[in-house]
Amino acid sequence: MANQVKLSKRDRINVWWRSTFLQGSWNYERMQNGGWAFTLIPALKRLYKTKEDRSAALTRHLEFFNTHPYVASPIIGVTMALEEERANGTPIDDVTIQGVKVGMMGPLAGVGDPVFWYTVKPIIGALAASLAISGSIVGPILYFVVWNAIRMSFMWYTQEMGYKAGSKITEDLSGGILQDITKGASILGMFILAALIERWVNVDFSPVKVSSIKQSAGAYIDWSKLPSGAAGIKEALIQQSSGLSLTEYKVTTLQDNLNQLIPGLAALLITFLCMWLLKKNVSPIIIILGLFVFGVVMHVLGVM
Amino acid sequence: MSLNLIQVILVIFVAFLAGVEGILDEFHFHQPVIACTLIGLVTGQLIPCVILGGSLQMIALGWSNIGAAVAPDAALASIASAIILVLGGQGREGISSAIAIAIPLAVAGLLLTIIARTISTGIVHLMDSAAKEGSFRKIELWQIAGICLQGLRIAIPAALILALGAGPVKALLSAMPDWLTGGLAIGGGMVVAVGYAMVINMMASREVWPFFILGFVLAAVTEITLIGLGAIGVSLALIYLTLSKKGGNGNGGSSSNTGDPVGDLIDKY
Repeated sequence: MANQVKLSKRDRINVWWRSTFLQGSWNYERMQNGGWAFTLIPALKRLYKTKEDRSAALTRHLEFFNTHPYVASPIIGVTMALEEERANGTPIDDVTIQGVKVGMMGPLAGVGDPVFWYTVKPIIGALAASLAISGSIVGPILYFVVWNAIRMSFMWYTQEMGYKAGSKITEDLSGGILQDITKGASILGMFILAALIERWVNVDFSPVKVSSIKQSAGAYIDWSKLPSGAAGIKEALIQQSSGLSLTEYKVTTLQDNLNQLIPGLAALLITFLCMWLLKKNVSPIIIILGLFVFGVVMHVLGVM
Repeated sequence: MSLNLIQVILVIFVAFLAGVEGILDEFHFHQPVIACTLIGLVTGQLIPCVILGGSLQMIALGWSNIGAAVAPDAALASIASAIILVLGGQGREGISSAIAIAIPLAVAGLLLTIIARTISTGIVHLMDSAAKEGSFRKIELWQIAGICLQGLRIAIPAALILALGAGPVKALLSAMPDWLTGGLAIGGGMVVAVGYAMVINMMASREVWPFFILGFVLAAVTEITLIGLGAIGVSLALIYLTLSKKGGNGNGGSSSNTGDPVGDLIDKY
């Protein structure tokens, strides 16, 4: 046929850019529907010329839609392919298009959430945050660049994949790859989370002194016998590096004892407590406020 | 410190951007490490704001919008606490109390988000009638209106804090006694656990717990950087996926219906 309408690469780039605003009119009734229609407008404009066709197309794309905002891209690709065929006369009805959308959004959200929200974001976020906490501007720049590079290339690549594969993509995705990605992401996620708990949850019982032993002479630096001036500082550093204690009393805190047992044990226990409370449907905000109150009380009592 | 007119406009613009991103979740301008940095950049107090952003980012790692659920609002928390930090003029000293202020703000932001999402329900009804007319232009306008609504959600509170000015904010911060700020700093060290707990609850299965233990133990080796740990994690995941497929081939049909849906799917593969 000579008068076939095709979506140009430019149309698809427009759609890709607009899909950034997918959640802009997120609402409690049909969730991402407004953004979905907004995203598809460049394609619909190309494919449908009469007012009736345009109206029908917009109406069918204002149906309920909700998924992870990035994995919406392959669905957008498939939908564009279906709309293109429909505009060229293939009998594809509204039910088919809506069916493909609904059929893909659930399983794909199941991939998007663990991969992006639970693996990529915590890892990049923790890396950037640890740089930022030390006052380095590299932290935020790294987060912004890496995150958006991953996101934008993922969205473009999967949208193209969806467009080219058309409706076949659903079959591809229900195969093993999807499960592998999800599983791999949750393994990596669990591994990194445990590391983050060890490194970044601070529970410090240092103010609690378990014991304070007077050490024998010669086991600590006798400050009164050091030479004065720079020579004294040098002597003190030499003595310290040869293993002498800085103070006359050897103080062991509760934290020292805990560190010998398992470093980060208290942090782990706090995390498990939070998990348990969350499972009991306690609001995260209540838990956060509770931990602040706990921190203040323990500080006043001199335990932490 | 007080800000000049250009700085005020830029701060409100950054707040607007963060509000928009709070719903879009794309560029991540609302993530604390970026939002606080931008506020620091336009107000000339870059480093304290970067540190605040890093600290808040740690707390907010696990906050994400899943399905219809709304996470505590990182956008309002970061923007407002960064503005308060800047206005307070305490520099690094003010960071721990700014973190404590951020948490109630995250709740307030959550409420504002719910209000904005409810108003958006009205917006999509207007889109419905635009669709009946076949008007692309109107749908686009309403979508942009929805986005602006989310931007104003943060820009208006930010403007209010700016309007109140440095005086009251400073008085509030310096009125906080030492036992309170010290205690809040300790609490701040622990609250990051809540985000992690949320994520673990979503991901955990019997199969992946051993990897949690490995990560926890290896993290105690302080010589391994976070990037190093990431590399170990990726390798473990790849090894596990490869091996479990090989094992699956050997067992064949006997392992189907073992109550482990993922194992079954791997077998099929």
